[in-house]
Amino acid sequence: MSKTMEPDLESPLGAHGGSARKEWRHPSDHWLRGFVLDNRASLGTLAVFIVMMAVFMAANPTVFTTWYLYSSVLTTLPVALFVVVPLVFVVTCGEIDLSFPATMGFASWVFSLVVQAGYDPFLGIAAALVTGMLLGFLVGSLVVYGGLSSLIATLGMNFLLRGLIQIINEGKSMALTGLADTPAYKIFSSQVFGIPVQIFWAIAFVVLSAMLYNRHRFGAQVKVVGDNPDSAQQMGIDVKRVRVKVFVFVGIGAAIAGTFSVMINFTWWPTAGDGYLLPVLASVFVGGTPTWGGIGTVAGGAIGAVTVSFIQTGVVAAGLSGFYVQFFNGLIIILSLLGHKWNQARYR
Amino acid sequence: MAERIIELRDIKKSYGQVYALGGVNLSVDRGEVVGLIGDNGAGKSTLIKILSGVVRPTSGEILVRDKPVTGWSAARSRDAGIETVFQDRALAVQQTIVRNIFMGRELTGFMGWLKVNKEIEEASRLMREIGFTSKVFTPHSIVGQLSGGERQGVAIARAIYKQAELIILDEPTTALSLTETAKVFHFVRQVRAGGRSILFIGHNIHHVFDIADRFVVMDRGKVALTADRSQIKSAEELINFMEDVAHPGGLPGLHEAGEAEQRVR
Repeated sequence: MSKTMEPDLESPLGAHGGSARKEWRHPSDHWLRGFVLDNRASLGTLAVFIVMMAVFMAANPTVFTTWYLYSSVLTTLPVALFVVVPLVFVVTCGEIDLSFPATMGFASWVFSLVVQAGYDPFLGIAAALVTGMLLGFLVGSLVVYGGLSSLIATLGMNFLLRGLIQIINEGKSMALTGLADTPAYKIFSSQVFGIPVQIFWAIAFVVLSAMLYNRHRFGAQVKVVGDNPDSAQQMGIDVKRVRVKVFVFVGIGAAIAGTFSVMINFTWWPTAGDGYLLPVLASVFVGGTPTWGGIGTVAGGAIGAVTVSFIQTGVVAAGLSGFYVQFFNGLIIILSLLGHKWNQARYR
Repeated sequence: MAERIIELRDIKKSYGQVYALGGVNLSVDRGEVVGLIGDNGAGKSTLIKILSGVVRPTSGEILVRDKPVTGWSAARSRDAGIETVFQDRALAVQQTIVRNIFMGRELTGFMGWLKVNKEIEEASRLMREIGFTSKVFTPHSIVGQLSGGERQGVAIARAIYKQAELIILDEPTTALSLTETAKVFHFVRQVRAGGRSILFIGHNIHHVFDIADRFVVMDRGKVALTADRSQIKSAEELINFMEDVAHPGGLPGLHEAGEAEQRVR
């Protein structure tokens, strides 16, 4: 009996010599195929974006050659990117955070108060970052240590924090007219060769986060915790700590996003950040990060944000009326989800 | 004589009035595969929990490399090099083999950045060590795309990376097909060849018989039999013995009571 059960594997002694890289080839022989397999979700998102833009351009080629269209997208897109990327971490970790719009509003409020009081905007940015971290820690602790559903708890925190802002400000906005002359504005919100400078900061943020996600202990542990928390716990990972950390990361991203949006408009509104809730969530999932946790893609999320921000501009530029915007939003989301479902890795 | 990794002497564990273990003696030497067999409720899982330090025994002595250990705990168990591989809960199936092996023990350099190449090299070495040489899979393969037997291999490789001297495999072949079981056996033999020990716990007596150097049969919280491979001729002999232990009076239509026990002795 034991003879027939002898495994049909190669001798382990036959595999010595040669570097590890040569010995263990990628499942696919060709580097390009390996690259495509490793990045199938983000490449799928890119394909969706290209097809969508092609359709828009076919509808109206002349408008899409005008620089203004891209310039307006490049002004608002960075704000979204700063929250989309941390949200990819949260969703990968098996949680969700709906409180980021209020965090954006709260942190940018602190920034505006500091600037209006006559302090340097750099100090305001630092204060906003600290506020974002604290709020992220608060929300994360509530979810993790309170043992609450992140969907409901963060929704509640979003209302709560926004309500606090509204109660104190009574709907009044804040104009920051002196901001334009400061060095902070030149660094974070001016234009370089006609391109809004905040897009470069956003790209740097995306690249750094992608490295954090793929090449850092933080990303590795976030994925494992989202995949199998029991196993992670057993292997000595502090699961709760990792979960709180992702909420803190969202807090930081929301603080940056809120501050950037105030710097773009020179004005803080008590509703600052509110409009970002649904587009940002849509970007994460259009980007190819699945809802069940364990896997995700930062690059895909960023491309998803680009796609979502081009829908509105694209629909109008293509000659359709504004009434079509929501329809196209929904269409892109549904088509992307179907595409990702078909495109994802299959398990036994 | 081979080094004794761990020895349990007269271990008792009671939950209130109920004895889960009533005086168990068990030892594992270096480079040995011990097969632990027993029916449901025989006390196998309590014994595993005591070995891994999750549960403290009510009384009894635990010796690590012939030295008595006081204050047995999960940390002491880890220090002694004991690692338990549970069947399903162990792996993150959407991650690569590398990420699973280094789960919670990532190889990091400056500021927590991963040493990716070093991890791949180390994972390759571990996979080779346990005989994981299929060309179809690499350290980059997603665990969810591996078969059941290969997943056990990944879990074993991870235990070895954690410097385990004694790996406890809890029902590693229960849900597996014949070919997959053969793969697990292959890994187990490689681990033994590397001078490590394995405590192989199973329901299927044929599986345990094929792989173990020594058998420990448990029944109702006690060790009913400890026998070397050379003392037992066939799996049937073990099965008969277990039936006799479970039903001392004999069942109608079965062989006479006590027969198998005598043969074993």
